[in-house]
Amino acid sequence: MANLRDIKRRIKSVKNTQQITKAMKMVAAAKLKRAQDEITEARPYAEKMAELTNSLAAKTSAESHPLLSGIGGPKVGVILVTSDRGLCGGFNTVLIRTMDNFLKEEEVSEPSMFLVGKRAGDHYRRRNANIIDARVAGNGRPQYSAAVEIATEMITRFLNGELDEVHLVYSEFKSALTQIPKVQRLLPLAATEEPEESVAKGAATEEGPSEILYEPSSEAVLASLLPKYVEVQIFRALLESSASEHGARMTAMDSASKNAKEMIAKLTLQYNRIRQAAITTELMEIISGAESLKG
Amino acid sequence: MAENFLFEIVTPYRKLVSKEVEEVTAPGELGEFGVLAGHTQYLTLLKPGTLNYKSGSETGTIVVGRGYAEVSHDKTVVLVDEADYLSEIDVAAARDSLGSAEAALEGMEPEDANYARTVNEKELAEARIAAKE
Repeated sequence: MANLRDIKRRIKSVKNTQQITKAMKMVAAAKLKRAQDEITEARPYAEKMAELTNSLAAKTSAESHPLLSGIGGPKVGVILVTSDRGLCGGFNTVLIRTMDNFLKEEEVSEPSMFLVGKRAGDHYRRRNANIIDARVAGNGRPQYSAAVEIATEMITRFLNGELDEVHLVYSEFKSALTQIPKVQRLLPLAATEEPEESVAKGAATEEGPSEILYEPSSEAVLASLLPKYVEVQIFRALLESSASEHGARMTAMDSASKNAKEMIAKLTLQYNRIRQAAITTELMEIISGAESLKG
Repeated sequence: MAENFLFEIVTPYRKLVSKEVEEVTAPGELGEFGVLAGHTQYLTLLKPGTLNYKSGSETGTIVVGRGYAEVSHDKTVVLVDEADYLSEIDVAAARDSLGSAEAALEGMEPEDANYARTVNEKELAEARIAAKE
C-alpha cells in the first residue's frame, strides 16, 4: 500500500520539526535566564535614577528645563522595540498592533518612527511609513550605548522642535508566559512619573533636618540627569523587550513541540492500523487459498 | 574607631560595590571630595577619575566614568556609566580607545551630538591609564 509509505514519510518529517522546535526552546530558555539576570542587574541603577530625577523634578518648576516643558502636539515620535527574528508566537504582531492602535487612538497622522528590531523595520518599510531610523536589536545582551544613541537622536529632535512628543512602545516582561505590550510617554517628561509620589517625596525632604546640597547647582545636576533618565528608560525597554522575546519564543516552541508530539502519536496509530489491516488481508488471502486447495 | 556607612556603586550593567566603609574619596565635577560617616546631604556630578574607599585595613580603587554621587548621613550611592576595579582595567584597550576618541575629536565641532560623548570616552580612557600608572 502506497499510503503506508506516505505516512511513514510524514512521521519522519514531523519528528525532524519537533527536534528543531525542542532545540529552539532550550536555547530560548537559556537566553531568557540570561536576559532576566540582566534586568535584575540593571534594576538598581534604573530605580535610583528614577528616584533622583523625581525628587529633583518635583522641586524645580517645569519651565526650568526644555525636556520638562511642553504640552505635546501633533508631531509625534515613537520608538518601537521588537525582535530581529520570528518564531516567537505573536510577540512582534502584538507590539505592532499595540502601536497602530495607539496611533489611531491619539489620531496621529504622520508619526515619525524609530524602530528597533528587523521585524518592525520590515513591517513599516513595506507600508512606507516615516522612519527616522531602523536598527537591528542585535545578538546577545542589549548595549547601553545603543540606548544612548537612540536617546540622543530623539532628544535632539525634540529640542529642535521636530517632535512635540516622544512615546516608547515595548513589551514588559512579567514572566515567561506573559508579556505585556506597553506604551509609555518619554518626552516631555513633565509629571508623567507618579505625580503624587514625587509630591510626597518633595514634602518629606522639606520637613527633613537639612536641605540637600547640590554641586555645582541643582539646575546643572537636573540638566545632566534628565537626558540620562531618558537613556535609562530606553535601556530598560530594550532589556525588557529582549527578555520578553525569549519568553515568547520559549512558550511558542514549547507548544509547537507538544503539537508535534501529538501529531506523531496520531500518525503512528494510523500507520499501525493500516499495517495491521494489510497483514490481516494478506493472511486471509493465504488461508482462503489453502482452503480452496484442500477442497 | 571610625564610624561606618553604606557605600554603593551601581552602573547600568551591575552593582559593583555594596559594603560598609569608613571613608570614600571621589572625583567630583568641581574637584575631589572625601566622605566620612555623618556627611551632610549632598548630590554632585562626578567626572571620570579614580575613586578610593577604605574599610578597616582594606582599601579599594575603582575607576569611574561620568555620573552622580548621592551622599546622605548613613549612605553614599554612586551612579556612573562605567566603573571598573583597578585590576579589571586593560591598559592597551584604554590606549586604543583614547587614540580613537582623540582622532574622532579632530574632525568634530563642539555642537555635534556626539561631541560630549567622545570627550567622555577620552577622559575615561585617560583616567584609566592614569590610574594604572
